[in-house]
Amino acid sequence: MDTAAPRPKENQGQPLPRVDARLKVTGQAHYPADLPTANIAYGALATSSIAKGKVAKLHLDDARAVPGLLDIVTYGDMDTVEKPKFANSGSTSIGPLHDRTIFHDGQIIALAVAETFEAAEEAAQLIRAEYDAETPTASFDSPGTATIPAAGKSPLFKEDVKAGDFDAAYKEAAVKIDARYSTPTQHHNPIELFSTTAFWEGDQLIVHEPSQNVTGWKVELARQLKIDPAKVRIVSPFIGGAFGSKGPMTPRTAIVAVAARRLGRPVRCVTSRMQAFGTQTYRAETRHRIRIGAGKDGRITAFAHEGWEVTSRPDSYVVGGTSATGRMYGYGSVLTHVSLVQADRNTPGYMRSPPETPYVYALENAMDEMAVALGMDPVEFRRINEPKTEPIGKKPFSSRSLIQCYDQAAEAFGWAKRDPKVGAMRDGDWLVGMGCATAIYPTAVAPCAARVRLTVDGDVRLQCGSHEIGTGVRTVAGQMASERLGVSIDRISVEMGDSSLPPAPVSGGSISTASVCSAVLKACDAIRAKLYAGATAEGGPLAGSHNEELDLADGKIVAKGGASAKVEDVLKTMQVGAIEEYAEFAPKGATPEALKKLYAGMPEFHGGEQDEDSVKYAFGAEFVEVRINRYTREIRVPRIVGAFAAGRIMNTRTARSQLMGGMIWGIGQALHEATEVDSRYARYVNRDLQDYLVPVNADINDLQVILVPEVDHAVNPAGVKGLGELGNVGTAAAVASAVYHATGKRIRDLPIRIEQLLV
Amino acid sequence: MRPFVYEQPTDISAAVAIASRFTTEDDQPTRANAQFIAGGTNLADYMKLGVAEPNRLVDLNRLKDPGLRQIRVTDEGIRFGALVRMGEAADHAELKRGYPVIADSLRLAASGQIRNMASLAGNVLQRTRCEYFRETSWHCNKRVPGSGCAAMEGFNRQHAVLGGSDACIATYHGDFAQALIALDAVVRAEGSRGARKIPLAKLHRQPRDTPEIETDLAADEIITAIEVPAVPWARRSLYLKIRDRESYAFALASAAVALDLDGDNVREARIALGGVATVPWRAKAAEEALQGKTLDEPSAGAAADAAFAGAEPRQHNAFKIELGKRTLVRALLETRDMKV
Ligand SMILES: Cc1cc2nc3c(=O)[nH]c(=O)nc-3n(C[C@H](O)[C@H](O)[C@H](O)COP(=O)(O)OP(=O)(O)OC[C@H]3O[C@@H](n4cnc5c(N)ncnc54)[C@H](O)[C@@H]3O)c2cc1C
Ligand code: SF4
Repeated sequence: MDTAAPRPKENQGQPLPRVDARLKVTGQAHYPADLPTANIAYGALATSSIAKGKVAKLHLDDARAVPGLLDIVTYGDMDTVEKPKFANSGSTSIGPLHDRTIFHDGQIIALAVAETFEAAEEAAQLIRAEYDAETPTASFDSPGTATIPAAGKSPLFKEDVKAGDFDAAYKEAAVKIDARYSTPTQHHNPIELFSTTAFWEGDQLIVHEPSQNVTGWKVELARQLKIDPAKVRIVSPFIGGAFGSKGPMTPRTAIVAVAARRLGRPVRCVTSRMQAFGTQTYRAETRHRIRIGAGKDGRITAFAHEGWEVTSRPDSYVVGGTSATGRMYGYGSVLTHVSLVQADRNTPGYMRSPPETPYVYALENAMDEMAVALGMDPVEFRRINEPKTEPIGKKPFSSRSLIQCYDQAAEAFGWAKRDPKVGAMRDGDWLVGMGCATAIYPTAVAPCAARVRLTVDGDVRLQCGSHEIGTGVRTVAGQMASERLGVSIDRISVEMGDSSLPPAPVSGGSISTASVCSAVLKACDAIRAKLYAGATAEGGPLAGSHNEELDLADGKIVAKGGASAKVEDVLKTMQVGAIEEYAEFAPKGATPEALKKLYAGMPEFHGGEQDEDSVKYAFGAEFVEVRINRYTREIRVPRIVGAFAAGRIMNTRTARSQLMGGMIWGIGQALHEATEVDSRYARYVNRDLQDYLVPVNADINDLQVILVPEVDHAVNPAGVKGLGELGNVGTAAAVASAVYHATGKRIRDLPIRIEQLLV
Repeated sequence: MRPFVYEQPTDISAAVAIASRFTTEDDQPTRANAQFIAGGTNLADYMKLGVAEPNRLVDLNRLKDPGLRQIRVTDEGIRFGALVRMGEAADHAELKRGYPVIADSLRLAASGQIRNMASLAGNVLQRTRCEYFRETSWHCNKRVPGSGCAAMEGFNRQHAVLGGSDACIATYHGDFAQALIALDAVVRAEGSRGARKIPLAKLHRQPRDTPEIETDLAADEIITAIEVPAVPWARRSLYLKIRDRESYAFALASAAVALDLDGDNVREARIALGGVATVPWRAKAAEEALQGKTLDEPSAGAAADAAFAGAEPRQHNAFKIELGKRTLVRALLETRDMKV
């Protein structure tokens, strides 16, 4: 056991190494753009350099003259297929080649296909467009925005939650704050670039593309191409960074599929990093106004959270984090309202904890301000406002270990040594600040199918159309089978990332471990039942034993009394070579349509705030130390500690890795990450990793993750809460809190940069 | 990426001959048909982006002259061969001891991988990273003369506050050249019109109304060496670089400082500023302000004020004036406190 493989505590699984670790570090893991390799034609996108208007004319002659050019797919060539849809599996309703209207910067205007990558790139660069350009609207403060209420615009955001009489309570409150916060535009920059490789085998279409939703994409792509979904296969065995960016399919996929059909050979299009800013989804900028009122004792009596979010003109993408912030503490009264602000921008989409990252940042920065206003320790302030039930529907929490998280993280961090006075802690020329914040993420689960086969040789094959996006789900699914079937992990092969496998829900919303493990559990239990039946049958080796007395371990069925029988022998007496079970898991509260919808690529999510019996969340507490130079004001983070409770931890190694990655991203969100929008042209300016900064190794120093034990049987059969999107939620607010403690400057607009601290 | 011819001459005169055959006297090196390539970390990037469009590359890496790859430290000073890699110079023990400002400026630049590829001459000649210059769909006077400057009223947080013009405010992003200019370095060049020495201070051109002219070099001139004279203030010197993250980022502001002190009294000061100017920027006014003074926070502050007296802010980069001053103050005080 070491730091990377924490010793499991109560209700925590072994830190098994990832089953695909060796493949990944030896370069043998094949990512979607690696295969196939024969007879490939290369595609390169040409994209618009204006954000609003029409393409009046397209000059293709120079591009056509490039040696090796095979085809150009552009306006008119997509007319026989359907436009994309904006939904869970589709990033936007804009059909870029269906319509000469330009809705945003970097919109696809053509795909050049050539014998080589270089020729395709060259041709794409030579495609010249003449535009009828109009003045675009860039963002919040630009002329020409339209503001509409968000509630009801998305199935995931039905209402603005509220409770009690906020106005009256706020008016009465002895201590109050009223402050505005903002978060910037952020773009996905996974190391694996976005790509589509498409080829046809007869009327069967095969697409290799990094995807978090192979089943959803299969159905949506078939709809666009007007073919039977059974004729479409999406393959995505490994994904080099997802975080929501590969959740919805973008219009490129169908364009490349059409190009492959026209050419009769495989076409691969790898989008450049610059082009990804306009052709993929991203986290749009948000604004917040928060009002908190409390009594002198620190008890919050009034909480209001208003949010504004940028979206595109055609699609209402809703972030809507108020359903979580409105339930975070035991506020007396709650008022929330979320508005969408439409501008001439590409449609935003999911990015790691889409609602919580911006909304909880605002809430937690405000909580810190409120603690200051009350003259109270920020941890104590949260303790005082710890609720028994959530304030909106007055439902209990299925489990809530927030205070345990605070206590354990505070202890490990040495919070007691903090001098609460602002600017009081110094180390030579460096101002030292310490801060903290809460992390929260809703625990959801969705229907899922899995097939598990146990052979007489003791091998297990597990198949599930989920996606290894780096979380380690392949490993934990294997681990679940290993535990339930008593087979060591190296005898288990796990297949994922292919729409021809049993369907799994989109790998988003931190539902994968819970959903996949619940299905695997069900399949394994069915295998156990068959084995037990064989073993206890008349004449069987454990005849007379009852199922409750039996367990599987080390390839044996073991009875309570000590008797045992080898699985191999039981299978022989049953006269079978293998037991294979196909299980469909549906969560509690699932509708009668739930499984049908899973196969249609539209899985129902359950849990979070939606269940009748309780609300379900995972929690955490993060503590940060910052150092700020007295002269030059650069901010560095020497230390960060996070403690998290998320029900059963399947594997302490992969869990820690997820949370650590989240905290690192959180530091980036606090200090580095932002897409700059040129407000004159509604265009992105810093479209590469030179100027779009994320933390580098030197920015991350002492980082500690504490896995707080928690048992929760209400969330799902596996007892698992998602934690993939938990780690980055509180971090930025904790950094802002520490910056305030060091300098006395309350920074409300992310990222926190030198210039904000110089004045 | 467009097709190009790739030449690999083995001696300097052959390289010059190729370059002069395919360029004219008026050609700018960065706009000529034939261009030199060393590490390629700057040029290849700009070729892929369509910013540089040579149709002939003259690779310098096969040149046989061993002096091109040597660092010689003598009583007279340092002689860097043009093809020495940044990483090698950054790790050079005698440099670290005798010329810390130079070693620091290299150590704090780019990343380990890039430092292993990139040559010292290429580093000095690196072109701006202005976002609007890097992407060909924007208007940019430097890339397309007369087309306008998108950065002037655009997002110009990283742009220069010193040495700009109405045509261009692109920052010179390199670090090494700041150390060189502070120590009065010269470069040696060979071209079809013979060999010459160019003071580093004369190598780069401020944009004025011709931002497309970036250096004093002719298109067929090769930098062969960089020379730094031995000076009494080289030992007490450092390079301070302030950036948005701890590593692998260009300077928002930087200062190269070298001091000759008598107690806390300044006999000689050499100061150059990075991240804030359109060219490697020698801050003579700040040096003069310190001459003969006791170096403390007030005198350092007065020198910093003098250095930025002519600064011109734009919408997003005004903070660089304050940051640049504080960077210089901190660098001066830290240099004063060095144990040498
Ligand atoms: C991601 C990234 C981060 C970076 N960060 C930093 C940083 O923090 N600080 C910093 O200082 N630099 C930084 N750099 C820039 C880097 O240091 C330069 O790209 C590098 O030094 C250029 O050297 P090269 O040999 O690769 O030049 P090349 O790309 O080969 O050439 C650059 C230019 O110099 C010309 N040239 C090269 N050698 C000669 C010669 N001998 N005679 C005449 N002309 C010549 C070429 O024609 C070309 O115009 C960074 C670069 C990247 C890509
Ligand atoms: S600042 Fe200079 S390089 Fe940048 S866009 Fe303007 S002219 Fe071009």
